[in-house]
Amino acid sequence: MKEDRKASDALRPNQLLEMYYFARLARDVEERLVILFRQSKVIGGLYRSLGQEGESVGTAYALERRDAVLPLIRNMGALMTVGVRPLEIFRQYMARGTANSRGRDLNIHIVNLPDPDADEPVIVGPISMLGDSIPVAAGIAMGSRMRGGDRVAMAWIGDGATSTGAFHEGLNFAAVQKIPLVVVAEDNKYAYSTPISKQMAIEHIDERAASYGVPHEMVDGNDMLAVYDLAKRMVDRARAGEGPQLIGVDTMRMQGHAQHDDARYVPKALLEQWAAKDPIARFRTTLVEGGAAKKKDLDDIDRMTRDYAAKEADLAVDEPMPDPESVTRGVYAGDKYTVPHVELVRSPFAEEM
Amino acid sequence: MPVITYLEAIRQALFEEMAADGRVFVIGEDIGAYGGAFKVTDGLQERFGESRVIDSPISEQAIVGSAIGASYMGLRPVCEIQFIDFIASCFDMLTNFAATSRYRNGAGVPIVVRGPCGGGVGGGPFHSLNPEAYFLNTPGLKMVEPSTAYDAKGLLKAAIRDDDPVLYFEHKFLYRRIKDDVPEDDYIVPIGKAAVRREGSDLSIITFGAMVHTALDAARQLESDGVDAEVIDLRSLAPLDREAILSSVAKTSRALLLYEARRTGGIGGELAAIIAEEAFDYLDAPVVRVASQDAPVPYAPPLEAAFLPTAAKVVDAARTLVKY
Repeated sequence: MKEDRKASDALRPNQLLEMYYFARLARDVEERLVILFRQSKVIGGLYRSLGQEGESVGTAYALERRDAVLPLIRNMGALMTVGVRPLEIFRQYMARGTANSRGRDLNIHIVNLPDPDADEPVIVGPISMLGDSIPVAAGIAMGSRMRGGDRVAMAWIGDGATSTGAFHEGLNFAAVQKIPLVVVAEDNKYAYSTPISKQMAIEHIDERAASYGVPHEMVDGNDMLAVYDLAKRMVDRARAGEGPQLIGVDTMRMQGHAQHDDARYVPKALLEQWAAKDPIARFRTTLVEGGAAKKKDLDDIDRMTRDYAAKEADLAVDEPMPDPESVTRGVYAGDKYTVPHVELVRSPFAEEM
Repeated sequence: MPVITYLEAIRQALFEEMAADGRVFVIGEDIGAYGGAFKVTDGLQERFGESRVIDSPISEQAIVGSAIGASYMGLRPVCEIQFIDFIASCFDMLTNFAATSRYRNGAGVPIVVRGPCGGGVGGGPFHSLNPEAYFLNTPGLKMVEPSTAYDAKGLLKAAIRDDDPVLYFEHKFLYRRIKDDVPEDDYIVPIGKAAVRREGSDLSIITFGAMVHTALDAARQLESDGVDAEVIDLRSLAPLDREAILSSVAKTSRALLLYEARRTGGIGGELAAIIAEEAFDYLDAPVVRVASQDAPVPYAPPLEAAFLPTAAKVVDAARTLVKY
């Protein structure tokens, strides 16, 4: 599909700053989590999205507020973009009784289910069997359509999880039913320690979609505006009734699978090559050289997100662990011990409604 | 009251719930124009259309996964697993995703996953399963299995209206063999409540599904020996009606646990443990299990007959039990 005009050309200056803010906030929240992890305050593993913040923000920024997102552990940027308050993330990682899951589940495994007609994002965090998100995302978008809504579901999936049966069953089902689903398939070069060459014999991850008749295209995942442009087109097509779409993202996981993993299996040269393409640094250059922002504006945002992340982390640290007496509560209906709602916030760059 | 088959009762429940509640839809393999492998959904698509009677690809993970997603959006999906053996293909989606969802984040998953279970029809290793034990160790799921047409309808209605994921096992041996009075008025059979199918004083046969009829057959044969057996139909396998189990054992002091799944690791083990823990003082004899042999389900009729529990095996076990 040829576009004379890129969707990103229509982004207003404050929207460009907002995208920068979300990517920066994702990175700073994770930097804070690293500190908490080293202090043994994070209970389980810590999974960084370093180097992938740009594609997470660029894809999610193409959605409408009411759309559904099904992020993976490395899509902190998407969660910041749809407005999840960072405090919710810190609570989850530190297993606080105040967290969305009340300490029952970890990291970004959070859920927000608004009323069907509310203009608020549906958020369904992954379970560790990551491929499961694809059929569930298809069901969310199908369910919205059955109730007369027009929510698009966007689900992120790593190169490893595209090898699961659930991914293929879900994508095929969505294609047959023409469900408004946008899958963001991230080639970040490694699934834990397994290189993509051992994961698939095709050259580009987006070719996974070919046999299902699902339109697909690769994008440079470290170019935030290119990601946004492709995502916007895909989201618009899905919403227009053209069925599922798949975005193949070319990017790099810049750290190990989790903090315990020193990623010795990754060649140094590869990391150096990708370090030069850091998405946030690149976006910064684009904004300054294009005249959309002054260096000082961006420095101010850097300070703002760093301080915000630190304050939110401090709040969560002081919150209590869950009550052991609650261990069997909420397994079945009738006891609303956990509720599927997270606190959502607007960025300082959000326009008045 | 009209007399209808077990299968017709299931179909009636689907028709009535779909007519009464626009949020209910069905999804599965060959359920639309064809009406399902056993014709349970016959006529549903004609009445409710393709968007509410969804023919899926052969993809159990997509069937259950999309049902979970749709339930998050306020719908009430009913998934048909063509033969319940195929539920193994969506085990992950049920045990890891659906069963944990409410506990983890308060996101209830009001779905029903139903399908034909059980043997006795020459189905062989992959069309004869009784899968309840695979799920009994998974909190968050409910499980029911009716033995009568009345319960088939009432339990399915209750399952569809339930706010948690319910596995609904329908025994294919009973589909067209069992007929009874089924009201045309709306009613439900509550999940978690057992039924006493035969009152007796000498031993309690605790069972469910097609084995209820085997137990009743055995009880009639035992009558000639002067043995008076009580037959408890569990109806719900999760949650279990502990009160009904324990009060029957308190009355008869002897328990025979009859189930069609394989003996080892089956639901009978859990029932035996409940009785041992909570009714030990009432027992006059050790608890006895009658179940299928510990083997895959065989195909040839003489093999399957040797494999399955029969009324004769129940009678033998009961005679030994009352003599203890």
